[in-house]
Amino acid sequence: MASVLHPGLILVFAGVALGLLHGRARAALALAAPLAAIGILLWVGEGVHWSGRYLGIEVTPYAVDALSRLFALIFAIMAFGGALYALGQPSRLELPAAFVYAGSAIGAALAGDLLTLFVCWELMALGSTLVIWSAGTAPAWAASRRYLAVHLLGGVLLLAGIAGHVSETGSVAFVRMALDSPAHWLILAGFLVNAGAPPLSAWLPDAYPEASWSGTVFLSAFTTKTAVYVLLRGFPGTEILVWVGLFMVFYGIVYALLENDMRRILAYSIVNQVGFMIAGIGIGTELALNGAAAHAFTHILYKALLLMSAGAVLLQAGRRKCSELGGLFRTMPFTTACGTIGALAISCFPLTSGFVSKSMISQAAANEHLLWVWLALAAASAGVFLHAGIKFPWFVFFQKDSGLRPPEPPLNMRLAMGLFAALCIGLGVFYQPLYALLPFKAEYVPYTGAHVVVQLELLLFSGLAFFVMLPMLRRTLTITLDLDWFYRVFANRLVAGSTVLLGLASGTVQSWIQAAGAAIRAGAQRHHGLDGVLARTWSTGGMVLWVALLLAGYLLVYYL
Amino acid sequence: MQDYWLARESSIRLLWRGFIAVLALTVLAEFAVEIHPHFEIEGLPAFGAWYGFLACAAMILFAKLLGVFLKRPDRYYDSDGPADG
Repeated sequence: MASVLHPGLILVFAGVALGLLHGRARAALALAAPLAAIGILLWVGEGVHWSGRYLGIEVTPYAVDALSRLFALIFAIMAFGGALYALGQPSRLELPAAFVYAGSAIGAALAGDLLTLFVCWELMALGSTLVIWSAGTAPAWAASRRYLAVHLLGGVLLLAGIAGHVSETGSVAFVRMALDSPAHWLILAGFLVNAGAPPLSAWLPDAYPEASWSGTVFLSAFTTKTAVYVLLRGFPGTEILVWVGLFMVFYGIVYALLENDMRRILAYSIVNQVGFMIAGIGIGTELALNGAAAHAFTHILYKALLLMSAGAVLLQAGRRKCSELGGLFRTMPFTTACGTIGALAISCFPLTSGFVSKSMISQAAANEHLLWVWLALAAASAGVFLHAGIKFPWFVFFQKDSGLRPPEPPLNMRLAMGLFAALCIGLGVFYQPLYALLPFKAEYVPYTGAHVVVQLELLLFSGLAFFVMLPMLRRTLTITLDLDWFYRVFANRLVAGSTVLLGLASGTVQSWIQAAGAAIRAGAQRHHGLDGVLARTWSTGGMVLWVALLLAGYLLVYYL
Repeated sequence: MQDYWLARESSIRLLWRGFIAVLALTVLAEFAVEIHPHFEIEGLPAFGAWYGFLACAAMILFAKLLGVFLKRPDRYYDSDGPADG
């Protein structure tokens, strides 16, 4: 039974139906469809459930193994929590678009071949663009177009890579690949665009914070984590990913430290967290891959929780800049508590979900004797607490008294936050069910005295650094330039500048041609015009004189 | 009117004292548990404490430095080009 129904398609069709329904029926479907998907994913056995031939290619749109089940399951859980949170969203477009987006992410996780993966990949780009677009503001519209442009580029890279792969191997099966051909490099590049890897990281903090208070919650979960999933399946143990991941980790921290917009801080922090996962994939041992997969799972929950608390603040207080917020714990204690739990989880405090997942990646680096990678990961762990763990709750909920006294958000939003907060703590304490879902057999023990003490030292002293250096972190009304400057400003100026230059050049050439034409006309006029030398009437006497002179000259020359 | 407990001067002083006590406790806890360092540097006393503090200080300073070159007013992109709405 479970193998007949594709959980991704359930969400896609539910998304279409949500566009037509109203009121309670809409709410009921929005909650029931993800629950059905969760049920199927827990129940369905491993193996290929759907396969067929399309254009002479063997496709397997529904294939389940431990890794794909883990990712599809967390996507379905996220769809449920997001739907519960977004029930009060007035936009008629956002929730349907988010369901198509979530459904295609599940489809990508369950795709056994590259062709199905590509179709889901593009559908995700469309769904997520519509989610941003449905915020209905001018900045959201502009950001959604930039977002779509980047993702279509990623899609083109991926498709070119897939075409090359198929022509080389004759198979579309999605298997582990080595970086031995241009086609595989192209596939890797396509995957990395969606992961928010350099040089195109800026699309993420550019676009996600422009979505509505509920839209950003959906956006945080699917695109980057689908990229983590495909990298886990396609490129485990590819060394370059260690360095790409470490770059992303520190890029996220540094930019988040400079940022003033609360949701953009969290968006940079997504790049940071995905960096940990990609570094884990690059290390490539079973422990590291388990860690990357587990970290994707826990990350979706706590990042959604953080963005839910930020969305609640945005909805209730109508502000998004840290410099305008502060002191909200007075009237939003529940939101503050949930945001703080999310902040503790992303910082990997013991007894939260982040601790049981991320420590696997660090441990894998230690086991492989990668001293520098391990040191960088430890510094980055401290940095996560700095930029997301303290900075976000401190500037939004505590800090100064901004004078704002917004009430708590509606019940459905509090329920969604409560559910995800419970999951963040629950997975940190009872981690065995999560470990049982991981792709490899997990024998890792997160709670040893040494782990807990060193992690607490690292985090608490980062906290000390934050409060000691607080004057250096004062928020200013600024943004920080990123590589998107090149396509937002530089390209504009290039086009505008070259238009001006072309105008100047063509003007100069035209005036030259005109001047030359005028000179030729004037010359012709002078010689051949009414009074021109060559057009004058000559007197007969004059002619005779000139002929006589010519003949005399001829005689002279003859006798010389 | 008295402000909330968390916002009072006296409680902030108390919280700082509590925080410093907890910091000291985590360092002391190193003696109570068995640490198995994977690297030499990890075996140094209170490695997590000083490494965490210094790493954060370095990242803040680096961010500050980068900000000098890359910070712009937050309406920077608003004024630019018709394409950016």
